Amino acid sequence: MEITTSKPSTMNWFYACKVTDVPANGGVCVKYGEEQIALFRFARRDSWYATQNLCPHKQQMALSRGMTGTQEGEPKIACPFHKKTFSLSDGRCLSDETECGITTYPVRIEEDHVYIGVHAG
Amino acid sequence: MKIVIIGNGMVSYKFCEKIIAKAPAGTLEIVIFGEEPRPAYDRVHLSEFFSGKTADDLLMAPASWYTDNHIRLHLGDPVQQIDRVHKTVHSYKDITETYDYLIIATGSSAFVPPIPGVDKKGVFIYRTIEDLELMRDYAPKATRGVVIGGGLLGLEAAKALLDLGLSDTHVIEFAPRLMPRQIDDNGSRMLQHKLESLGLHIHTNKNTAAILGEDTISALQFADDSILEADMLVISAGIKPRDELARLSGLETGHRGGILVNEQLQTTDPSIYAIGECALYNGMIYGLVAPGYEMAEVAASHILGDQKAFTGFDMSTKLKLIGVDVASFGDPFAPADTCRSIVFEDTMKGTYQRINISGDGKLLLGGILIGDADAYNMLLQTTKNKIILPPNPEDLLLGARGGNTETGAGVMGLPDDALICSCESVSKGAICTAVEAGNETLGDIKKCTKAGTCCGGCVPMVKDLISGTMKAQGKYIRNVICEHFTYSRQELFDLIHIKEIRSFDDALDHYGQGDGCEICKPVVASIMASLWNDMILEKGNDTVQDSNDRYLANIQKGGTYSVVPRIPGGEITPEKLLVIAQVGLKYNLYTKITGGQRIDLFGAHLSDLPAIWEELINAGFESGHAYGKALRTVKSCVGSTWCRFGLHDSVSFAIRIEERYRGLRAPHKIKSAVSGCIRECAEAQSKDFGIIATEKGWNLYVGGNGGSKPQHAILLASDLDSDTCISYIDRFLMFYIKTADPLTRTATWLNKLDGGITYLRNVIVNDSLGIAEQLEAEMQALVDKYKCEWKEVVENPELRKRFNHFVNAPGAKDPTVKFNPLREQKQAAEWK
Ligand code: SRM
Ligand SMILES: Cc1cc2nc3c(=O)[nH]c(=O)nc-3n(C[C@H](O)[C@H](O)[C@H](O)COP(=O)(O)OP(=O)(O)OC[C@H]3O[C@@H](n4cnc5c(N)ncnc54)[C@H](O)[C@@H]3O)c2cc1C
Ligand code: SF4
Ligand code: FES
Repeated sequence: MEITTSKPSTMNWFYACKVTDVPANGGVCVKYGEEQIALFRFARRDSWYATQNLCPHKQQMALSRGMTGTQEGEPKIACPFHKKTFSLSDGRCLSDETECGITTYPVRIEEDHVYIGVHAG
Repeated sequence: MKIVIIGNGMVSYKFCEKIIAKAPAGTLEIVIFGEEPRPAYDRVHLSEFFSGKTADDLLMAPASWYTDNHIRLHLGDPVQQIDRVHKTVHSYKDITETYDYLIIATGSSAFVPPIPGVDKKGVFIYRTIEDLELMRDYAPKATRGVVIGGGLLGLEAAKALLDLGLSDTHVIEFAPRLMPRQIDDNGSRMLQHKLESLGLHIHTNKNTAAILGEDTISALQFADDSILEADMLVISAGIKPRDELARLSGLETGHRGGILVNEQLQTTDPSIYAIGECALYNGMIYGLVAPGYEMAEVAASHILGDQKAFTGFDMSTKLKLIGVDVASFGDPFAPADTCRSIVFEDTMKGTYQRINISGDGKLLLGGILIGDADAYNMLLQTTKNKIILPPNPEDLLLGARGGNTETGAGVMGLPDDALICSCESVSKGAICTAVEAGNETLGDIKKCTKAGTCCGGCVPMVKDLISGTMKAQGKYIRNVICEHFTYSRQELFDLIHIKEIRSFDDALDHYGQGDGCEICKPVVASIMASLWNDMILEKGNDTVQDSNDRYLANIQKGGTYSVVPRIPGGEITPEKLLVIAQVGLKYNLYTKITGGQRIDLFGAHLSDLPAIWEELINAGFESGHAYGKALRTVKSCVGSTWCRFGLHDSVSFAIRIEERYRGLRAPHKIKSAVSGCIRECAEAQSKDFGIIATEKGWNLYVGGNGGSKPQHAILLASDLDSDTCISYIDRFLMFYIKTADPLTRTATWLNKLDGGITYLRNVIVNDSLGIAEQLEAEMQALVDKYKCEWKEVVENPELRKRFNHFVNAPGAKDPTVKFNPLREQKQAAEWK
């Protein structure tokens, strides 16, 4: 296993959208340059998550349209295509150990604004 | 004690597992030589390599397992010599090891007949992961694939070629029929017919004389001088035991191959054992994994001083070949003079079932099942355990329909020593004891008994044993939805109804725990839709809808969506056809007539959906609910308005029915059809409910299904007038909606319903539960509340906003969506 640590100093926070733009307990897709990031709002727990929008299973830009949920307390997202599920806290695939994981991003809420953190450079 | 094992295949691995478990810790030294570059893997599921499994997924155990158990594993290093006098083996990489006991588990290799040209490029065998890697790399260059050999492995290789994208795949069999060793003439014919209908080309009675081509294969030439062009060939003409090493060291081998062994699996040298596919016991090579595992058990026990014997093995098999069930058990060919056979052949469904019964009618000797092998496990157990047959033995095959046979009761009737999992030799008693000790899920049973972990064939029986044992303990088996709701769908339906719950969060707060998931959310959403028929995208409930419902469209490969307007009864005016054409042109959509008598427009971008629907709705169309677990289409034939045989106006009745139940949400989708006479051009008997005109009115059939397990609908009531027919349908649908499990079509629901069609008829026609009036009223309330949900979205700017790919770039399309041209239209780009 490869463990990478993030250097907080190089984190770039960009403005994604307003809190109310994201449906409760659902997701939206945020455009960041050429990249696509899926942003999820867990209204029940008042927490936010962001991941890559690309599902690694069949390379589909679809995770933002998936269904959120939990598995034994761990927040997850199910891809709309074949329902593979990924942990929103660390990105690993929960339904299939052999499937690749996904990248996750930190999310910050300031008043009514949602910011997503990406590594600079 | 030092044991050296030659070969690290499935049986070698199983031998290690068994002997480690039996021997006191620290008393064994084990060394394995394997010729292949990786540790033992699951050859039985080799083909799954083409459906996405990696070589690592297939490993029997990771490399660390061997180190953890102090086994020295030399991989990629075949043994080249056995010195029986000094009790040593010598390997290719120059390693010499001494042994107290030597285990030969070298398996077999593919038998390649001496046909000129077998060494050409594009010719493959099908045995190892490396073989498959070579095929995978070669396949993109090929369009026509050929397999020599119509046996079990040959047909599996043919499936692999189909999976590799060679849609033009041929199978060549020397014998006059497929699988000559397992099934009889009629069974072969049915199997061949089914496989051909799936697109496979089968040539029997063909003797391959040469493989043509320069250095790459271009064609096959047969003994009758005919020629078949080919880009790729897989030879699967049988197996050849790997006995060369044994022969070289002077051990006795059979003249057609195989290392001679006795009941303890000892070769002619008592300190050398041979197990698995290389061993020849009583003139027989066992080309299956379960007998190999049994051999491993016996040899391991014998080395540790325990007297067990291998006395042959039952070669019953059940498998799925390209989606067709094939099973053969006991003595499949028992001759007519010693036994009686009962044969059912249904050429419509493509099933063939034969059971052989002893002359006195008391015992089942064996049989063959093609097309539908659901009865296999029970029949096999009945044969093996010599269970006395019922007075009408045909019930063994016919009993399932109608709901009066309770599933599970049959398995519980078996004796305790009945072998349920033959791969891991786990008996019924062992499984029931484990259940009684608290292992109440399939996962638990797999973990503690290993039953069901190898070929998986016994899993349905294991499940029945779990529920049977729990029932016998007086435990109530709850068919719960998931970790968030410990209720069955029917229980939850009643709770939501009584408490008038209208949002998922409320349901969770009252009856659930945690935050929900992709299983319970759509179930609750569907229940609420069936009860209240509110707009499904209303705030709070939008994100709990199944993904297609959430965007009111089916998602496709690549992430675009389809648009299916309702065309009731398949009737459409030229003006409306023009509108569809214009919309298709304007938004560049692929158009196709569906199997449900309407038109599907594919390849719409998410952000275009509201505009597309706005145009359609303005022209008088409405949602076709192609995305919902809801009423789909009511197909109709043209009926008495034009057809010379038509008894009534089937189109008008189909439209009336489709408009009555449009938008009705249910545990699964619902389909219907109306035919104007018994010629049945609308295929009503394959629908969840189907109607056929009679001289006196309508016959109503229920519980039909197409799909992968097709089933004909059963007559519920005859000669009904139109209004009575509708009230029966109201009752039937509402009763189904209230009581079915999630994602269960009416056919499966009816099959499981206690009392079957007789009970259902009593409830619907005779109102035995006194609920008919209530069911009709509930249905009427839903009908009255119907609104086109696409119309509501089109008219509501808040809802329209949800149909954007990017939240921060509304209207922008997903730039990763790609299409390829196809004839005069387009298709979605293939996924990577
Ligand atoms: C478009 C169509 C094929 C076509 O080009 O003709 C089609 C397309 C799909 N079918 Fe079908 N089925 C279509 C007629 C059928 C039929 C024939 C019929 O209805 O007369 C059947 C067999 C009859 C039956 O259902 O009993 C059929 C049996 C299935 C099944 C298996 C159901 C079962 O009980 O086993 C599925 C899978 C499921 O529903 O779970 C399925 C699922 C699907 C899905 C929704 C798969 C998916 O989730 O993406 C396909 C997506 C369509 C799309 O993107 O719009 N489709 N499908 C047909 C649409 C009919 C319509 O106008 O609504
Ligand atoms: C595609 C396919 C599908 C199958 N499907 C089924 C099924 O559905 N059900 C079923 O019961 N069976 C099935 N089988 C058969 C099953 O896989 C075999 O019965 C089983 O693998 C036999 O195990 P084994 O250990 O005897 O031999 P193998 O698994 O062949 O292992 C023998 C190993 O020994 C190695 N070896 C040989 N010589 C030497 C040497 N001199 N030194 C070192 N190593 C050596 C070989 O390279 C090999 O790795 C299938 C087989 C194939 C190929
Ligand atoms: S049969 Fe139905 S589900 Fe399967 S590919 Fe065709 S349309 Fe899709
Ligand atoms: S593409 Fe996401 S699960 Fe298959």
